[in-house]
Amino acid sequence: MNELLSQQNRAPLAFAVMALLLLAVGMGQSWPYALAILNLCLISAVMSLGVNIQWGYAGLLNLGVMGFTALGGLAAVLVSEAPVLEAWSVGGQGMAVSFILVVITIILSILVYRNMAASWQRRVALTVLYIGAFFTINHFYEPAVNAIESVNPATSGFLGGMGMPIIFSWILGGVMAAGVAWVVGKITLGLRSDYLAIATLGISEIIIAVLKNEDWLARGVKNVAGLDRRPVPFELDLQTTPWFIDMVQSLFSGRLAALADNDRAEALHQLVIQSSSIFVKLCYTGLFTVVLVAVLLLSMKALNSPWGRMMRAIRDNEEAANAMGKNVVRQHLQVFVLGSAVVGIAGAMLVTLDGQFTPTSYQPLRFTFLVWLMVIIGGSGNNLGAVFGGFFIWFMWIEAEPLSIAFMDLVTMGMDQASDLRAHLLKSAPHLRLFIMGLTLLLTMRFMPKGIIPEETRLHSV
Amino acid sequence: MSYLVADQLRGGYGGADILNGCSLSVDKGEVAVIVGPNGAGKSTAMKALLGMLDLREGSVTLGGKDITHMSPQDRVSEGIAFVPQTHNVFGGMTVEENLEMGAFLRTDDFTETMEQIYDLFPILKEKRRQNAGELSGGQRQQVAVGRAMMTQPSVLMLDEPTAGVSPIVMDELFDRILEVKQQGIAVLMVEQNAAQALNIADKGYVLVTGTNKHTGSGDELLADPVVRRTFLGG
Amino acid sequence: MPEFTDILNAIVLFSNFVLIPAASYGAQLALGALGITLVYSILRFSNFAHGDLMAFGTMCVILVTWGFQSMGISFGPLPTALLALPFGIIGAIGLSLMFDKTVYTFYRTKNSDPVIFVIVSTGVMFMTNAIVRFIIGPNDQRFMDGTKFLFRSREFKEFTGLSEGLALKSTQVLTLTVTLIAVAALFYFLQKTRTGKAMRAFSDNKDLALLSGINPDRVVFITWIIVAALATTAGTLYGLDKSFKPFTYFMLLLPMFAAAIVGGIGSPIGAVVGGFVIAFSEVIVTYAYKKFFIYLMPESLEPTGLMQFLSTDYKFAVSFIILVVVLLIRPTGIFKGQSI
Repeated sequence: MNELLSQQNRAPLAFAVMALLLLAVGMGQSWPYALAILNLCLISAVMSLGVNIQWGYAGLLNLGVMGFTALGGLAAVLVSEAPVLEAWSVGGQGMAVSFILVVITIILSILVYRNMAASWQRRVALTVLYIGAFFTINHFYEPAVNAIESVNPATSGFLGGMGMPIIFSWILGGVMAAGVAWVVGKITLGLRSDYLAIATLGISEIIIAVLKNEDWLARGVKNVAGLDRRPVPFELDLQTTPWFIDMVQSLFSGRLAALADNDRAEALHQLVIQSSSIFVKLCYTGLFTVVLVAVLLLSMKALNSPWGRMMRAIRDNEEAANAMGKNVVRQHLQVFVLGSAVVGIAGAMLVTLDGQFTPTSYQPLRFTFLVWLMVIIGGSGNNLGAVFGGFFIWFMWIEAEPLSIAFMDLVTMGMDQASDLRAHLLKSAPHLRLFIMGLTLLLTMRFMPKGIIPEETRLHSV
Repeated sequence: MSYLVADQLRGGYGGADILNGCSLSVDKGEVAVIVGPNGAGKSTAMKALLGMLDLREGSVTLGGKDITHMSPQDRVSEGIAFVPQTHNVFGGMTVEENLEMGAFLRTDDFTETMEQIYDLFPILKEKRRQNAGELSGGQRQQVAVGRAMMTQPSVLMLDEPTAGVSPIVMDELFDRILEVKQQGIAVLMVEQNAAQALNIADKGYVLVTGTNKHTGSGDELLADPVVRRTFLGG
Repeated sequence: MPEFTDILNAIVLFSNFVLIPAASYGAQLALGALGITLVYSILRFSNFAHGDLMAFGTMCVILVTWGFQSMGISFGPLPTALLALPFGIIGAIGLSLMFDKTVYTFYRTKNSDPVIFVIVSTGVMFMTNAIVRFIIGPNDQRFMDGTKFLFRSREFKEFTGLSEGLALKSTQVLTLTVTLIAVAALFYFLQKTRTGKAMRAFSDNKDLALLSGINPDRVVFITWIIVAALATTAGTLYGLDKSFKPFTYFMLLLPMFAAAIVGGIGSPIGAVVGGFVIAFSEVIVTYAYKKFFIYLMPESLEPTGLMQFLSTDYKFAVSFIILVVVLLIRPTGIFKGQSI
């Protein structure tokens, strides 16, 4: 038994169990459902890899995952929505002026900061600069925002995007997340670990607040639905495409032949509908797998490179690394940016899959803490572990709900069918999944602190 | 037989032994000083007496009672008080509160002890409402010694009490330690300023690699040409 | 020059929409931040489960309040929840001690890194959150009874003859009174009692506290009792003033942390001041001053816009901007807390 669970066997075994679980859902519940879970498992695994780069490689506790995910989502909107020309014409100029003024303010404040000695005069100068800039910028910004948001508010009311295929947002999402991560990292990376956690958690909330309230950017809480420049065909189109119907017909020829002639057309129609849904999901599965494998390979390569060795050396002994002249903060900034970029890519993939961008759906429990569970339970520092964590925790997150309800049903079976308590227990059962998640985390930390697929221990030197 | 006796101590922090059969003893009303080069195991020896080290061999007795396997906390209630080298005061608390915390385990009225300490260190009485963290280095050391004295110990151990203070303050501190000795307390200290410390010592131990290299009264060691040359810088 | 009544009207307006709401919100944050700062300085970790501990304690209060209400027990003009508060505190203490025994003690004896504590406290956060949602559900609950207003806006207008009204909710007065009592009691305890001083000593210098014979288990035990009591009180006051919703309480974690850090984490007085700083900044920055200036300015200079720095939706974000600025400029906070 111990041999079976040895280091080398753990990963294949874990993934085999995962595959069996997904197959069980496919056969027991339905195949489209299993594929839907699988697709989100793949996205979760990418996110988890991103967080693992930060936590597992460098020991950075970034609780701002949600913010970077949302930035990826924003990228999806900015890439794929058609530009709203009317909005650009009424407010574009004001926006451009505001933007230039912001840049000028930043440059001025850097100049003031650099050229004045640290003193109260410098503080006063900066404060005056910021207050002045605030009102000047607002003078251009507010009317522009109002103009943009009053252009067909029910359907647009924002600047729109570039009108390009949404798949390009997977790149832009990564770039945007990386850019914001650079700024955030510059501000926060000097902090002690748990302050970094609080600061990043706060910054991610700020990002969400901006997305919810700046309607001109992505319609805010009015959401952007129908992101339709997607990389895979639509189900409805497939259902009328001859080659697809032919394919379904030949795949199920045996089953169809057994039917009476007049039932056959109807059965084929049903099969085509079902198959189109599966086909579309499989297309996504393929695309996501490509991204996941690419990120995974790059991560593994990076981890085993001199750069990765140095990262781990810093993580394991920051002081020693510092003493040896490694610039710890700069290295941390690198991993912070890289990890956040990967999370941003995953965020764009998620919105691509959903076909809509809803800022209110970004909640820290789901998008920050759950991803953390994936990394820690899967195995921090081990890329395969992080991937497995992404699969396993997402699977649990989805399946814990029906299981909790079934469990509660069983527990309360003896009770009076009409009893209020039973009704309450059944209604509340879905919340048990949070309990299961918390418990899993605590048990893992206690008894398997390195996760299910632990980091390989290797000797390394700085 | 002395009041506090450490006999043939061997042990370390889990790796190789740091103490290789060193023996120390101090009696009530005596000052014993441990000196020696860096890494000789001076502080380790003191930690062994406090119970903060796993001893493989040897024994520690206090007034004839074997305390070799007693926890540090229990040794405190047996009458051993310790002044660490650094972080030896509660910086965010007033001088008076520091002394009160020293008397934490006492259930009797300790105002008299506090008065005695204020007599010993008059500056502390003056600054008793001030936070210990705001005091000068020498004053902080006085607070630290005062805190330890609040338990009315029979043994007072000090780990490099004069580290980082000026020579004048050092002399004053040593004078106070002599006063403490006069109260019939056994004083054991580790010192870097070896010559000055041996001046006030009744007993001196020169430790090298965890064993006793030279032992004798303070004056004897100061007069010993070998000790002078190797450890006292001429 | 504005007339005298205009100035009065402006003051009343400002008090009604900024001063009074910010003061009671600040008091609630202060109580919450005190709990965070105590855990940080004595147990030495950032407790991410604090918001949910608040929710749990408040939930207990609500359940007992409902029980009292159904039994016909009331507290006259005061909310019944005040009678139920001790029961809620006991519940929260029980939960805290349970998690301390089963979770935190292990890492404390191992002397684990603060990061590990943060992670396990998120585990506790998940579980507490689940328990609360499971028992009382994820929705809004109101449990305020008794007198709602000390005086209403309309009554104030009739009484003073001003055109601006001033309403004073009983929960606002209650919040400030209870906070004052709780904070005074806590400071007396920490400054004057033997146990309180031992807790400060333990937080100041753990090793020296052990050398002085202070029992660490007892310090931890009492810390959780105080923290649970503060959290439940803060949560109950917040719930009475606004309403109870598990998610809101989870989100309160962030402004409370901001308050603790801005004040100087580890410093109780800092936590109190920080709570008010955060609350006042949130309200002041997001209030629309248009009407205020209309009263004060001559007609020719009256503002055209809303005169609002930031939209109200950014209320929560304000606390973080302050947090980040403080971390950058003065990481030890207003009252030098433990350095970070």
